[in-house]
Amino acid sequence: MAYSQPHSRVSVLSNSSTASSVEHFSPAASTTRFSLPTTPGLPSRVRPNIYDRNLTKTRIPEVSGAAFTFLFSEMVQYTQKRVSGINDLERRLNTLGYRIGTRVLELMVWRAESQSKAPKREIRFLPALMSIHTQVWRAVFGKPADAIEKSVENADEYMIIDNDPLIERYISVPKDMSQLSCSSFTAGIVEAVLDGLGFPARVTAHNTPTAQAPSRTTILIKLEKSVLEREEVLK
Amino acid sequence: MPIYGLWVINKAGGLVYQRNFADGLAQLTSNEYLVLAGTLHGIHAITSRLSPIGSSSGAQVIEGETFKMTILLTATATKFVLLTSLSETTADAVLQKVYEIYSDAVMKNPFHTPEMPIRSEGFDTRITALIGNGS
Repeated sequence: MAYSQPHSRVSVLSNSSTASSVEHFSPAASTTRFSLPTTPGLPSRVRPNIYDRNLTKTRIPEVSGAAFTFLFSEMVQYTQKRVSGINDLERRLNTLGYRIGTRVLELMVWRAESQSKAPKREIRFLPALMSIHTQVWRAVFGKPADAIEKSVENADEYMIIDNDPLIERYISVPKDMSQLSCSSFTAGIVEAVLDGLGFPARVTAHNTPTAQAPSRTTILIKLEKSVLEREEVLK
Repeated sequence: MPIYGLWVINKAGGLVYQRNFADGLAQLTSNEYLVLAGTLHGIHAITSRLSPIGSSSGAQVIEGETFKMTILLTATATKFVLLTSLSETTADAVLQKVYEIYSDAVMKNPFHTPEMPIRSEGFDTRITALIGNGS
């Protein structure tokens, strides 16, 4: 039926919003959507599509780590083919992460605040940084980050430190690209979350290996001047 | 019961990784290693067709007077070869572990090109942790 209309995608979307969920996820419905042959003996209760699952679930199903590392590896290879230098590569990874960060923030705020009677929003920088360190990291990587540091030299610089970043666990950067940190992707996520909370900043990732943690990575946050000025006013 | 060396041979018969761990075998030049790997690839192809009853996995162990060579053929036709002394019993288990490390540290590394020589620090480190330090 989707093919009889000019825009099949539009028609599918409008179907999903009007049709009752039971009808929509019956094997017959999925046949028209994906033009798959009907498999005999398919269980009558098909797992709901990711868009139709409950957003506020606190217990989030885990994602296969191997599948993610292969995907991320392909993302890096894809990006690398289209750039001229390390800086460009890091910038593009940052952009990819940014698109995830905006969604992470929205989902996280919804999960944390939608049930509460007096929902709140972080307006001070330090609590916001703490919530990135614990909540964002837990939502994205399943564990909190290892440390937060404040730069001694520059008042506008803060650092989030991860001793064993999940996305870099299997990545060995060749010697001629030693400045490259694939955690630029994570930096992009952090930048998007900060932007979304109203703390515009430039976020970059740097390798800071130690003897115990060879893949230790620092996410450097350089806040914009306006943020610091506002913090002064709020004091 | 030393482990002498480890080779990884790609599906075209090229040697993509070679490392020695203990003395006991003749030292060869890298060119000789490449030739040997290619020869082994050919021998393996022949042995996999020797069986009178259909397909065969090919040679799994080749024994000499002073050493033995254990070969693990993966589903993607990459071969892992472990050179050990005759009394070594853990070769099969070590090869399985090597395969696991290869899948993790080489195949998931975006800076590795498939079928090309393995230059991945993570692979070296984990092989060292598994087998020990090479000469």
